[in-house]
Amino acid sequence: MQAVGLAAQSATQFDRVFGALADGTRRDIVRRAISGDEGVVELAAHYSMSFAAVQKHVAILERAGLVGKHRVGRRKVVRTELEGLHLAQRLLDRYEEIWRERIDLMSTILEEGKEN
Amino acid sequence: MPVTKVTKDPVALTMTVEAEFSAPQERVWQLWADPRKLERWWGPPSYPATFVKLDLTPGGEAIYYMTGPDGNKTPHSSWNIVETDPPNSIVLRDQFSDEAGTPDPDFPIVGMRVNIDDIGGGMTRMSIHNEFASVEAMDKMLAMGMQEGMTQAVGQVDAILAEAVPA
Repeated sequence: MQAVGLAAQSATQFDRVFGALADGTRRDIVRRAISGDEGVVELAAHYSMSFAAVQKHVAILERAGLVGKHRVGRRKVVRTELEGLHLAQRLLDRYEEIWRERIDLMSTILEEGKEN
Repeated sequence: MPVTKVTKDPVALTMTVEAEFSAPQERVWQLWADPRKLERWWGPPSYPATFVKLDLTPGGEAIYYMTGPDGNKTPHSSWNIVETDPPNSIVLRDQFSDEAGTPDPDFPIVGMRVNIDDIGGGMTRMSIHNEFASVEAMDKMLAMGMQEGMTQAVGQVDAILAEAVPA
């Protein structure tokens, strides 16, 4: 019953995670930061909005635990915290299982039709 | 295996499943449009779904619940049909609702686009694109008891598939 375990996690953490992912720019930042080789300045160059606005988005993602700042040599890069994404990934994995089961059942129904 | 492709994006909270069936397009469409067929696959075998309403016309709705192994019913859920083009496609929203199908407006669960295409040679491809509103919504639906049903269901699915092999 892993799902119950997930449900029992604090609502606040959920609020942070899904609030952070509700914005298109923030989702894009999370994607770009998977490679973890850009700092806030480099990230900001991808968007038409101000540096301050991008910085704010990064801060929201940081609070949600979805990205972190890491020192690489003399630079500080923004890197996606894969554990933060892990919850969403685990849930998607569950839905994949559900759809695989459903499609197996569909096949069964279609096979029966052939016999008639 | 009929599932040919699964694409998951944990950032956008989307998942697309593609499957190919050795059956004509119209028969694959009937898996959605015939409530008695739909009831046999929408819920897992240990949590079968009962559709009290199924109207797949644009603006139409479906209302259903599931019944667990102990005989307890899950809360009602409903579909709002956004678009349909039988037997090619359906776009719907699946959500918690009351018994009359009135959705909780603050809590959309999942948007779904189903495409059904004749790919020739007697084969039909179905793709189901799911868009989840939030991590919380995904979790709530699983926590409703379906997850337990799924785990129990695995053995039963195997049994049904074994039985289904034409003698």
